[in-house]
Amino acid sequence: MSKEIAILGVGMHPWGKWGRNFVEYGVKAARDALADAGVTWREVQFVSGAATIRNGYPGQVAGATFAQALGWQGAEVNTSYAACASGAQALAAARAKILAGECELALVVGADTTPKGFLRPAPGERPDDPDWVRFRMGITNPTYFALYARRRMALYGDTLEDFARVKVKNAEHGAENPYARYRKRFTLSEVAASPMVADPLRLMDICATSDGGAAVVVSSLAYAKRIGKADAPRIRAISTVTPTFASALVEMPDIATDSAVAAPAQSFRAALPRKAYEEAGVDPKDVDVAEVYDLSTAMELDWIEDLQLCARGEAAALLRRGETALGGRIPVNPSGGLACFGEAVPAQALAQVCELAWQLRGQAGARQVENARVGITANQGLFGHGSSVIVVRP
Amino acid sequence: MSDSSTLSAAVAALPGWFTLDPVRPQLLGTRCTACGTYYFPRQQLFCRNPDCAGETFEDVALSRTGTLWSYTNAAYPPPEPYVVKEPYQPFGIAAVELERECMIVLGQLARGVDLARLCIGQRMELVLEPLDDGKLIWKWKPAA
Repeated sequence: MSKEIAILGVGMHPWGKWGRNFVEYGVKAARDALADAGVTWREVQFVSGAATIRNGYPGQVAGATFAQALGWQGAEVNTSYAACASGAQALAAARAKILAGECELALVVGADTTPKGFLRPAPGERPDDPDWVRFRMGITNPTYFALYARRRMALYGDTLEDFARVKVKNAEHGAENPYARYRKRFTLSEVAASPMVADPLRLMDICATSDGGAAVVVSSLAYAKRIGKADAPRIRAISTVTPTFASALVEMPDIATDSAVAAPAQSFRAALPRKAYEEAGVDPKDVDVAEVYDLSTAMELDWIEDLQLCARGEAAALLRRGETALGGRIPVNPSGGLACFGEAVPAQALAQVCELAWQLRGQAGARQVENARVGITANQGLFGHGSSVIVVRP
Repeated sequence: MSDSSTLSAAVAALPGWFTLDPVRPQLLGTRCTACGTYYFPRQQLFCRNPDCAGETFEDVALSRTGTLWSYTNAAYPPPEPYVVKEPYQPFGIAAVELERECMIVLGQLARGVDLARLCIGQRMELVLEPLDDGKLIWKWKPAA
């Protein structure tokens, strides 16, 4: 039995710092996705929302919030929270419902409104919360990105110019993307001139936080065939695995790794796509396009290796040869990635899937990867959450 | 001055997380008596090794030296609950690998450590220094 589901439609609200209610972004994205799918809202049987924790009660019951805003019509509802992987987890819930035969047509939505500046923890004196502890010590998100980046420099010889090259590439990719927040091209020297945030990473190496919304309409393959969309892109795998003890890296928001005295240290990032490849029966060398979570420029290089698109330590060489740029062997982040979007947490993993759908349908315009048939996403967030989704063209 | 009686728990930013020995401070963790896994911060109820049913832990002071795994700095003032004294002075941050514990522990770098002179793999040791609000925290500095 096929474990695939069809992506009938996708939609997004442009990313930015709009400062408006997140519901507006989600509903706009949902309406676009429904129109793109050629189905009406009334027909949707299951609404799966990705929660946002910074927008009160409505954010924590996002599925119901979007369903009400679209107009209650009796669909079943779900809300998923999995930090940066919330969108993928909401998508996984829809897939499970469809593959179990409990519904045929589902809408998945994520949207967020974010505050300015560093993300920060809830106030108070709370030493039991690792997120509070690390901020008490002055350890912000860029600290972790910088520690990983420095490690790449020491182990593989990556340079600051390599990191800047990732930004220049992604800025070029995203320049014509109507949904991207930052659509300006940059030069290596402009990246090098941006202020240092967490040595060796500069402001332009680190992704911002954004407002945005993304939605995906998915269905059973039988439903897709019935409405004349048998050739719609298909989701072949969704990995939302947790880490395996012991952690090899100090992960946000921890201040230490697990002790690897009794069990070997393992990479969480590498485990996410591994499960997706296994589930899909896809070999990394078959991948045509990848959307990865470039929280920093250097982290894009980590992901390329975690996705097994090249050997460990060789991502910078791949980048220097232009192979991860549009027109190269394996374009990475043709959407422009987080470098051009900034992170809208519950929407971001869905935005990655939207981009792959457009790429596999040949509708990505100026950022089209030629003849893309197999795409993969990769994303990681706090507290053991992450995702990797494989989308294929039938 | 090495009289540890001059330091009381009230001066620690995270009381109970480290000894207050002004010369040779140590982080305070625990160790599962069944599988030997170390915990910092302390774990006292259930072992997190998925193959271990351990529920008893011994108190253990962690190694106070290790090797530098990576390092960075905070060029901009971190948000609360970090307390910033104006004018803001950027500080360094280190990740240090403890061999016995097979564990990497973060901490600020001691004041005055020059990032440009650090080298991954070098020996580091634990010291105590005040944060901007005067509360003591552990920091890493190149071993003497």
